[in-house]
Amino acid sequence: MRRYVFGRVGQVILTLLIYITLVYFLLQAMPGDITMMYLSNPKIPQAAREELRSQLGLDQSLFIQYVSYMKNFFRGELGVSFSQYPKPVWDILMEKLPRTFVLFLTANILSFYIGFVLGKVIAWRRGKIIDHAATVVGITFWTAFYPLLALVVIWIFAYNLKWLPLNQFIDPRLWTAAPFTANQVFGNMVCGAAIVAIGIFLIFFYLLRGLKPSRRSRVYAWSATAALIAAVVFVAVRKGMLIYIWDITRHMILPVLTLTLINFAGTMLLMRDSMLETVQEDYVLAARAKGLPDRVVRDRYAARTALLPTVTSLVLSLASSMSGGMVTETMFSWPGLGQTLFTAALANDYPLATGALAFTGIFLLIAHFIADILYAVLDPRITYTGQSGI
Amino acid sequence: MNELAPTPGTGSASLTEPLWKIRWKLTRRSFAQSWEIFRESRIGMIGIILIIAFGIFGALWPIMINTVWDPMVYDPVVGFDPMSMHPSPPSAAHLLGTDPIGRDILAQLMYSTGREFLLGVLSAVITVVIGTTVGTAAAYYGGLIDTVFMRIADIILLFPFIPLLVVMGSMVKLSFLPFAVIMGVLGGFGGITIILKAQALSVSVRPYIDAARVAGGSDFHIIVSHIIPNVLPLSFLYMMFSVTSAILSEATLSFFGVLNIDMSWGMMIHTADVAGYLFDFARYWWLWAPSGLAITLFCAAFYMVGRGLDEVVNPRLRKR
Repeated sequence: MRRYVFGRVGQVILTLLIYITLVYFLLQAMPGDITMMYLSNPKIPQAAREELRSQLGLDQSLFIQYVSYMKNFFRGELGVSFSQYPKPVWDILMEKLPRTFVLFLTANILSFYIGFVLGKVIAWRRGKIIDHAATVVGITFWTAFYPLLALVVIWIFAYNLKWLPLNQFIDPRLWTAAPFTANQVFGNMVCGAAIVAIGIFLIFFYLLRGLKPSRRSRVYAWSATAALIAAVVFVAVRKGMLIYIWDITRHMILPVLTLTLINFAGTMLLMRDSMLETVQEDYVLAARAKGLPDRVVRDRYAARTALLPTVTSLVLSLASSMSGGMVTETMFSWPGLGQTLFTAALANDYPLATGALAFTGIFLLIAHFIADILYAVLDPRITYTGQSGI
Repeated sequence: MNELAPTPGTGSASLTEPLWKIRWKLTRRSFAQSWEIFRESRIGMIGIILIIAFGIFGALWPIMINTVWDPMVYDPVVGFDPMSMHPSPPSAAHLLGTDPIGRDILAQLMYSTGREFLLGVLSAVITVVIGTTVGTAAAYYGGLIDTVFMRIADIILLFPFIPLLVVMGSMVKLSFLPFAVIMGVLGGFGGITIILKAQALSVSVRPYIDAARVAGGSDFHIIVSHIIPNVLPLSFLYMMFSVTSAILSEATLSFFGVLNIDMSWGMMIHTADVAGYLFDFARYWWLWAPSGLAITLFCAAFYMVGRGLDEVVNPRLRKR
């Protein structure tokens, strides 16, 4: 296992270098250089531009420029943003990163879980109405035009029903007197949510495992869950953060909902296909012949095997889900990496745009890496020696 | 030849026919069988019908503009109707209303259909040609070629397409054809290569490949006439999915205004958005609903055909 992980880390570092190189050459391939921005300014004569070029090192060979770019990149010096002038790109991006991270993670986990559950249910009832309905709904969302879907969601839930705020990350009126910064609250909120999620998973994993869970263990499980949530909420109240957490949560619901709607169908349709293949296997027939309840055969026997191709495709679709996330961020003015990249690109703020592009790549690379390791843990056929098991 | 032996009906007597005729018959028969399976999947048929409907809709454009419609009023890009306030709701003169600068929505929709076909099919063909060639070569030769192309595919898989194209688009406004080519090339070296390589790998270890080699077939001959025909069904399947992704990317990027395209479905929504009409969502429904529906239906049509083909290519999914 350790060798496998180290091998993957090596590959990740190599890919990272190639990626940054590509981003750099993308910047280089664009016509002109930074001094061209002063071309139309009559106060800056040709000689001054030449002077500026040599000061910026733009007259040196491409290779030297490249080496110094890479050196600066790994020191975290990505330059200074044009549009938010004295702020370094690094600081801006570090501020945005956690928000994108949470949005991406929550939506991906949710859509994967929903897709997984729906997929196995509709495959089990192949040809019934629920199968057709779910397939049609799934294809509609899968091929929907994302920005428009986001607008429809905003229009229904925020504009018409007024249940949730329109957009943004926080409500400024509430936060002017807040004793915390948004990112502090956000960090605590994420920790709390993680504790609750892991706790619920463990509780249900240990208490409701058997073929037919008894009523007593069911009661225990639900009361333990309630106690856990109550404890976390109590801590939040004691710290005085609850209303701020609630505010961020309210702002998070719509983007997460949109991203989930966009993404769940892919998992669902794939899970359905993969399930249809698995239910034809002999061991599923054997499990049914043994007289196991239908639900157990479906969840414990068929769905487990059918899960693997779905996880593979999840790993492969991380990049496209990131693209969808970026569109969602922009539509909801969610101040994350995607929105930053977008506004920077439209404002011709090249340092910030390429910095955000590089960050998006690194983010995806790490997500990819984690998903790969998880996959290796899930699938016993992958050997840990570094070669694939084929 | 090996592939003729097991087919009943073509006994020794019919071998007097020229070889191309037998091949043609075989192709037709396998095509008819696949068509039977495809027809059974209702979803694929819905897709085909939708695509044909879009095809007719797009083909109506040159007829309409040359006979019925006045080009001054109905031109999708520079037309203007001086007879009413804009944006005007659907009326007899403008069946789907007009956009904020007085252009007819139905005309824009029709004009764009043909171009969306061109964009989707062009980029999908590029994707599939590159993917099939590279995937087959990687599977057949292995070694260095395999490693290089698989690593490239890994990197492209990591690329967040839309952010990348947004940054590129902010520097150089991409126009229609370059965009289709870029989408096609990025798709072709990406995930599709991995899938097609796996398929080609499973074909290239079959006995008839060895037989062809023993019979003196060159590498090129084996790849072109033995491996690629067996990979093509899968390529064709992924072609459908690449049409969907190309159209969706174009629409998204046009919506954000980073492409240099004068008219497309995404552009129509962009026009409504920059003029501020999307804030009053329900009242100005004709500005976004036709093009939004067109994008979704068009992509769904190709996706459904892809799913129908999936049942043909992948026998384990069939009901029987």
